Amino acid sequence: MTALLRTDGVAKAFGGVHALSDCSIEVDRGSIAGLIGPNGSGKTTLFNMITGYGHVDSGDVYLNDAKITNLAPDRVFALGIGRTFQLTRVFSRLTVMENMIVAAHYKERSGERGGWLRNPFARAGGAATRERAMELLEFTGIAKLAGDRAETLSYGQRKLLELSYVLIAEPEIILLDEPAGGVNPTLIGTISERIRELNRQGTTFLIVEHNMEFVMGLCDQVTVLDNGTPVVSGAPDVIRNDHRVLDAYLGTAEEDDDSSAA
Amino acid sequence: MRPAALWRAGGLVVLLAAAAVIPLAKNVTVTHVGVFVLLYVGAAVAWNIFSGFTGYISLGAAVFFGTGVYTVALLSKHLNLAGGIVFALYPLAGLVAAVVAVPFGLIALRVRRHTFVVVTIAVFFIFQLMASNFSWTGGTTGIFPPFLNWDPATFDMPFYYTALIIAVASAVLAWAIWGSRFGLQLRAIRDDEDRARGLGVRTMRAKLTAFVISGFITGVLGGLYFYFQSEALPQYAFNPFFDLTIALMAFLGGFGTLSGPIFGALLLEPYLGYAQFQVSNAYVAEGVLGALFLVVIILLPRGILPTVGEKLTALRASRQRRAAARGIGPPSGAPAGVAPAGSAAGPTARSAP
Repeated sequence: MTALLRTDGVAKAFGGVHALSDCSIEVDRGSIAGLIGPNGSGKTTLFNMITGYGHVDSGDVYLNDAKITNLAPDRVFALGIGRTFQLTRVFSRLTVMENMIVAAHYKERSGERGGWLRNPFARAGGAATRERAMELLEFTGIAKLAGDRAETLSYGQRKLLELSYVLIAEPEIILLDEPAGGVNPTLIGTISERIRELNRQGTTFLIVEHNMEFVMGLCDQVTVLDNGTPVVSGAPDVIRNDHRVLDAYLGTAEEDDDSSAA
Repeated sequence: MRPAALWRAGGLVVLLAAAAVIPLAKNVTVTHVGVFVLLYVGAAVAWNIFSGFTGYISLGAAVFFGTGVYTVALLSKHLNLAGGIVFALYPLAGLVAAVVAVPFGLIALRVRRHTFVVVTIAVFFIFQLMASNFSWTGGTTGIFPPFLNWDPATFDMPFYYTALIIAVASAVLAWAIWGSRFGLQLRAIRDDEDRARGLGVRTMRAKLTAFVISGFITGVLGGLYFYFQSEALPQYAFNPFFDLTIALMAFLGGFGTLSGPIFGALLLEPYLGYAQFQVSNAYVAEGVLGALFLVVIILLPRGILPTVGEKLTALRASRQRRAAARGIGPPSGAPAGVAPAGSAAGPTARSAP
């Protein structure tokens, strides 16, 4: 397998704090990769560096062997990297359906010739987009909320909405920042089922998560980050028994399954 | 059509009909105030297209207004224009204002929220200072148009109907933008700009486009103002009061909704016009306006229409619940999710704040 997403020696400092240093990871095409590590180990910072929410100090990010270092978020998204946020970010005063349509614009735009420029006042969301959006909302189980404003959704439902609207753009790889954090166990089951199903259809995932059961059950490959540097990478069994991981977590790796507060 | 939509359409027709016949009463004062009302309706709607939709509060709309005023003023001065031709200059005033909006936007839109407000105020004062100090703008003595040899009794009529056309066109444009992809992008920016970027929205382009459209309309209105008031003076063309007034109108009626700014302007400007004529001390009128601003921000932070609309929806829902409890209610057939009357026109009214 070839690496779909790759970081090469990425470093990022905030003032004197080195959030990331010499951080090189690889995510194989078609895999579900996990990224774990104690709080403050740089997981979210790495996500931000990959998706354009910040500039790297040094190092590079590659998608399909093409350099995408420090591109703006809209460009990164257009190239096929979708992401969700640890604290969900949905458009609170738009309806669930409108949230979906915003994310579908990019796809719509590239679908028709010069569509955006030709008619800037075209109604938002054509029939095909709405249909696709409904399918996805049904897939994630929140279709009945399509007409509701996003601010009325529960935390877990927002997580599902975020996943849904990232999906509508059909990215090659989806970066999930704590998809199970603060979500009830039933919903966690739904989420991991959906991820597996999407993965079977060809979507690659990179997942940051503190819920060990979730990560170990889902991922093909897990990378452990400590102090901004990957310490070990391998299959879940390997990771589980690696002493460096236990060191990184101060020996609490097995029990630490609900420390979603970062 | 749903009853709510019928009510809304009916209200619009009545409003337009009333606006169309008002000058026929041939009351000079009423028509004169009417021009200002329509001018402010247009300006508030234009302001809302940018600030209301994106959430970026601009206090620099007078930059566009003044640019429009001076564009027409300078043209009239150098070409000695009088007569019906003056109305042909308005689009030009809008264009120049739109051109000004590009660098203005490129600078100001790099920053967010409070910083953005401060930058717009700074740019505004730069323009006012330029108008007062350059010789080609006439400095503090300003520019006066060639005498328009029109009948004083009907002098305001052409301005009135032009202002009406501009106001209606702006409102229609705002409605068209609201439900479009572009409008949805603007509203997404209002809720979470960074997230919108992360979903492929080219936020700078969207913001700048809305800013330029808003500037164009406001510039056209400035062009209208010059011959109507027969003056281009720095303190009135670039008037900080103008910025505050249209922002207050939008907040009063309903910030970021479609009909809110129109409602706010219709409510507020007649008072201001009346005060100008009737209250001998102009500061009293301004003081009342300032007090009103505070009341709105504290008691009705989201504006009259959204608040009233919400109350109505809640009332209707509780009535339905009671009816259902008695077992005679319609089986939830009533318009669930239908927007409260007047909160916004159009198909996307549901999500109007």
